[in-house]
Amino acid sequence: MLWNAFLLALREIRRNVMRSFLTILGVVIGVAAVIVMVTLGSGATAQVTEQISSLGSNLLMVMPGQRRHGPGGSSASAEPFDLDDVMAIAGEIGSVAAAAPSSFQSVMAIYGNENWATSVTGTDNQYLTVRNWSIENGRQFTVSELRSGKAVCILGTTVQKELFGGQNPLGATIRLEKLSCQVIGILKSKGQTTMGTDQDDRVLIPLRTFQRRIAGNQDVGRIHVSAREGTSTEKVLKDIELLMRERRHISPTEENDFTVMDMQEIAATLTGTTKILTALLGTVAGVSLLVGGIGIMNIMLVSVTERTREIGIRLAIGALEREVLMQFLVEAVVLSSFGGLFGIVLALTASVGLAGILQIPFIFNPGIVVIAFLFSAGVGVVFGYFPAQKAARLDPIDALRHE
Amino acid sequence: MNTDVSDTTADVTARPLIELKDVTKVYGQGHAAMQALRGVDLRIEEGDFVAVMGPSGSGKSTCMNILGCLDTPTAGSYLFKGVEVGKLSRSQRALLRRHYLGFVFQGYNLLNRTSALENVELPLIYRGTPTAERHGRARKALEAVGLKGWEGHTPGELSGGQQQRVAIARAIVTEPAVLLADEPTGNLDSARSREIMELLCTFNRDQGITIVMVTHESEMAAYAKRIVQFMDGLVKTDEQKGEVA
Repeated sequence: MLWNAFLLALREIRRNVMRSFLTILGVVIGVAAVIVMVTLGSGATAQVTEQISSLGSNLLMVMPGQRRHGPGGSSASAEPFDLDDVMAIAGEIGSVAAAAPSSFQSVMAIYGNENWATSVTGTDNQYLTVRNWSIENGRQFTVSELRSGKAVCILGTTVQKELFGGQNPLGATIRLEKLSCQVIGILKSKGQTTMGTDQDDRVLIPLRTFQRRIAGNQDVGRIHVSAREGTSTEKVLKDIELLMRERRHISPTEENDFTVMDMQEIAATLTGTTKILTALLGTVAGVSLLVGGIGIMNIMLVSVTERTREIGIRLAIGALEREVLMQFLVEAVVLSSFGGLFGIVLALTASVGLAGILQIPFIFNPGIVVIAFLFSAGVGVVFGYFPAQKAARLDPIDALRHE
Repeated sequence: MNTDVSDTTADVTARPLIELKDVTKVYGQGHAAMQALRGVDLRIEEGDFVAVMGPSGSGKSTCMNILGCLDTPTAGSYLFKGVEVGKLSRSQRALLRRHYLGFVFQGYNLLNRTSALENVELPLIYRGTPTAERHGRARKALEAVGLKGWEGHTPGELSGGQQQRVAIARAIVTEPAVLLADEPTGNLDSARSREIMELLCTFNRDQGITIVMVTHESEMAAYAKRIVQFMDGLVKTDEQKGEVA
């Protein structure tokens, strides 16, 4: 019975290829939209996770000022850190693997006739470890360069490209504002972040050089801390807070005038956000699938009216109500399942293409493909039921008389 | 459900195949009510060939719908093989049609864009006949109506006379107890009509299929063994032709 209904449905679809195609177009687009959204979403989530782990493992960041939500943030008034704070964190907390100071400022970098607006970061070699940077070419700072505040610099690939083009920059002297410094190394490229900032657009110089020649003070803007492998970053975060409260003489009733951020937490927040966005887009796409279902119902109703006489014949010959119901229901489900299949093919093709254009990894998610297909078949059942019922309840006498 | 029907018939073979007792049918309600049948009594024995005649509005179509179990009487009783059809549910009546009745309509009522063979197979599909047997029986039925070689043609490719033959093949392929024909020659010229009538006579004579046929034309009614005249919702005359003449 079901097999017969299936064959009948196939024949009916073949009879009206064009109309059937237009009918399922809504479901095709709906299914495709859901799958594309979810596939690209999981790709983006994976990328965010990967990029954040590229910032450095077990990374914490200490900044002066309390990050308040809303207006009234007081970061400007908070006392900055100095190099002793960095030493204290590195030396006094056991589970800290490394602590690196960094201060940065926007500058104009000039070489010959080329100039490029970039940012200069005063720091030390620990920074490279903590932030997962490696040297592509040349070398890192020497201890004496760091101690005496020599005018040497390491370039990010973007700055290198803008200033030197194809030339070898090692040993050349560039100008950062009033400071002339010698290029000693090139950082390995990290590319863009998910937010679109170019991580390679930077120049590193020794912290002391930065303090003396660019900032003109002894401040340290931020402290990057990496926790030892296997220790909980939460514990390290607490320890840093305690240490800094003590060093900054904050009484127990006062709030922190600094912030410690756990990058893992940020990573979790960011992936959470992308996941919510994915779910949201998927839901919107799901609504279009629903609209596609209404399209199927519409055409099935038209089809029932058109085939009233046929239904009359079947009923007169002895078809049971439920057999006619089944026939039309199966037809609707077969239609919408075809829509689902086309949608899946379309979606996978589009996802591969779009992932390439957006530079997001293509992650095949079999779960969503199966769900989308079942959902499209379900749409057929739900929206095919009403027309099928209408067909089954026809009075054979009236139906046979229908023109 | 259909077993109910045959079970009850087992011990009442003495009864006529069809028995209408004081059947009335009213359409609409209140002032708009229209009495299509006003108390029809009719008995049809197995193997009979009845022509039902009468002007339009006389109730003959209503009577046919009731005989075909497509409709139920408002009052009175319709016994089909001793079973009270008025008490059957919609699906029980569908099963009764499936197993005992065959229909031929004025407008042929074949499925469009469907081959003659598939049209004839249709009632067998609902009976659940296995595919191979279905093909065989449908081919045989088409051969019996003189359409051997036309199996693959769709109604659109057949003449009116041929379409009606397909319809007859569809009605007799299940070897029904009763064949109900509603003006089977209404759309055909007289030569084609005579061919159709001869076909019906053959099935009545050779296979013993009981036939009830509505017709306007007395020429067609002359093929029947018995002519029932309807007038204003009642049976006016009921002539047994027989071999008396």
